[in-house]
Amino acid sequence: MKIKAILFVFLALTLWNPATGTTLKMAFDADPVSLDPHEQLSEGTLQFSHLAFDPLLRWKQDGHFEPRLATHWQQIDSLTMRFFLRNDVKFHTGNALTAEDVVYTIRRLKNSPDFRAMFDAIKSVSIIDSTTIDVHSTYPNPLLLNIMTYVFPMDEAFYQGNDQIIKYGDTFASRNVSGTGPFIVTTRELGSQMVLDRNPNYWDKKSKGNVDKVVITPIRSDSTRLAALLSGDVDFIFPISPIDIAQAKKAQGIQVVTLASGRILLLHMNQKRRKELQDIRVRKAINLAINQKLIVEKILKGYATPAEQLSPDNFLGHISDLKPEYDLAKALQLMKDAGYEKGFRISMMAPNNRYMNDEKVAQAIAAMLAKIHIKVELKTLPKAQYFKEFDDRSADIMMLGWQSDTEDSNNLFEFIIACPNPKTGLGAYNASEYCNPSIDSDIHQANREMNPEKRIRLMQQIERTLHNDAPIVPLFWQSLTWAAKDKVHIKDIVNAQNYPYLGDIVIAN
Amino acid sequence: MLVFLLRRLMQACFVMIIISVISFAIQGKLGDPVQQMVGMSASPAERAQLREELGLNDSFISQYWRFAKNVVHGDLGMSYYYKEPALDVILKKLPATLELAFCAIILVILVATPCGVIAAIRPRHLFSRFLMILSSIGLSVPVFIVAIFLVYLFSVKLNMAPSFGRGQTTEVLGLWNSGLFNKDGLSHLILPSLTLTIALMPVFVRLIRAEMMEVLQSEYIRFAWSKGLSAPRIYFLHALKNTMLPIITVGGIQAGTLIAYTILTETIFQWPGMGFLFMDAVSRVDTPLISAYLIVVGGLFVITNTLVDLIYGLVNPTVRLASHGL
Repeated sequence: MKIKAILFVFLALTLWNPATGTTLKMAFDADPVSLDPHEQLSEGTLQFSHLAFDPLLRWKQDGHFEPRLATHWQQIDSLTMRFFLRNDVKFHTGNALTAEDVVYTIRRLKNSPDFRAMFDAIKSVSIIDSTTIDVHSTYPNPLLLNIMTYVFPMDEAFYQGNDQIIKYGDTFASRNVSGTGPFIVTTRELGSQMVLDRNPNYWDKKSKGNVDKVVITPIRSDSTRLAALLSGDVDFIFPISPIDIAQAKKAQGIQVVTLASGRILLLHMNQKRRKELQDIRVRKAINLAINQKLIVEKILKGYATPAEQLSPDNFLGHISDLKPEYDLAKALQLMKDAGYEKGFRISMMAPNNRYMNDEKVAQAIAAMLAKIHIKVELKTLPKAQYFKEFDDRSADIMMLGWQSDTEDSNNLFEFIIACPNPKTGLGAYNASEYCNPSIDSDIHQANREMNPEKRIRLMQQIERTLHNDAPIVPLFWQSLTWAAKDKVHIKDIVNAQNYPYLGDIVIAN
Repeated sequence: MLVFLLRRLMQACFVMIIISVISFAIQGKLGDPVQQMVGMSASPAERAQLREELGLNDSFISQYWRFAKNVVHGDLGMSYYYKEPALDVILKKLPATLELAFCAIILVILVATPCGVIAAIRPRHLFSRFLMILSSIGLSVPVFIVAIFLVYLFSVKLNMAPSFGRGQTTEVLGLWNSGLFNKDGLSHLILPSLTLTIALMPVFVRLIRAEMMEVLQSEYIRFAWSKGLSAPRIYFLHALKNTMLPIITVGGIQAGTLIAYTILTETIFQWPGMGFLFMDAVSRVDTPLISAYLIVVGGLFVITNTLVDLIYGLVNPTVRLASHGL
């Protein structure tokens, strides 16, 4: 009788299993290289940071900030901003979040090789009380809040003394994690799987998120990733290739969500390598001969926005009357005026696995330039080799994609078109070798200008100069594309930064 | 026998040295590992420092010498990405690849042998002709197309088998994690092993058929017929046994093809084995891992071919190893 009773209880327990929660299976194209949020400034790392950690504040879909671990903030003087922290937040270890953890984290960021450049703008942080900190800037910085979205407080008591950051090194922080985030890492098999469980003590009780377990698998190949979704093996994928979107939309129970983003793709025309490119008429002709609209329509199936400037329309530097121009006759005339009626040969390099359809875009451009008699010798390379060539400026025309770390135009200008200066790091990706001191001084001013009106004017001035001088060819801003099963409500939790807020994701029953 | 093994060992050492030189020499050509490690906005100074720390600024000879010295000590370097010794990473992934290859080989043997024999015995039969057409198609269609087609049909359309990954694994005798002993693991094995089988089988069907037809013409088979032996006994015992010699030779060589195909198959099915690891390492420019993979695969290749030579002697005692200068 006793045995029967035990058996019955056992059976009841196995059948009634409250732990059977909702599991979200995700497939990304890449996974974070490390559990240390400060080891590499990459999309994979930041996506992970939003799972296991929380930022002080984060971006909303509409481009505004949303308070997270900081409840609010206020400007004390031109160099000081005060942040008020939540007082009910606990790390995964059970330690409470205090101002000291935030100070510790910012200090660590200032020592990280990848984040250092951005956090140089912060001079120091002082503690007012256990939930209040003052952030002191090096100079009046209009982008302080944008930078603060990168502060994901780490558990000082957990990491202290064991917190060295070594690139691709076997460090404590690269294998162990204690954040405040909605999910706790349970298992991680590098390169094949990461499993996270819901943090039972998560502070954000208002979050509608109902996922108890997240399984993330990196799937590199586009077709395998899509097949995994269509066959039901995963629930949510990023990215889905534009070519596959039509097919996925037809499939039953599958939704595709796209968002315009600020990822600009452009061509650099190297003026140091080729004297022809020093002639503004030739540069203009190349700009006119390339049909951005056609590239977007045919190769990206419309999942991009044709560009005639670097700043997308939600950035302050954007000028709305600059539209992509395509005029073959005018381009031919300009070539003739410049004395290159018969054209010339030019070398071009592009990656073949870095940006969406990068190789096809490059081939289309070669074909378009042939129409103004510029014969392009195109070489496409895997990204691992391409960026070495890019650093060596190995070709006359080189392709580059860029996303602004600060969601601001100035970041684009600093890296892409400022005069190359190895000391300051400005113009590090300026493969045009174009140098215009007036742009540099505008960049410098815009970095310190606190008046938004004046700032807009400064940055639009840079865009206008760029348009007139035509040192580069802006191509398009790529859209972000996600796909998921219908029951997974991804629409509300994706954003232009591509950090899906999985803590808030809802799966319908 | 001993002399043969010793000689083989010497040859193997020579081959391995060449492989190590080649695998080391290509490291510099694969791209810049530093570029993959840092974010886009890291400064040139940060990168230069990292390059110095990794010892990438030393001369080729001194880098190779350092590499070779460590290899002899069983240290193939630390994988940049996995932050573990490269050899350990590879050995951890080895069981997944071996299981996949094992299933494919079993399938090939089980299907190719009867098919080849039937095609040889009844060359004019409709089924034989159908087999031959099928095998030509199998030979000419690239393996990734086969894989994509199988995924489309069996996972996307029919929902019969999972499209990627290895599924659940169980630990066997504390030695390795196996997918062979549970339903989920086995269902994940279906499509990848089928892909490999389709890629490898046509060669064997054709080979068995050709050899078998030749053997069936020989004196001793005619003698066996006239002696009144049963047909199955003649076909499957006497004739088949003598077709095995060339098949074993080709089988040894095909081991190389098998490894090449596992790279493709594993990439498409996201199979967490050595091949997938290798492709991943290439895209990340994880050079120590790439070199280690080439050395391990080179070693595997040398071992299989030695085994094949040994089996050769067992199957056909008239082959004397020493007299063949092996």
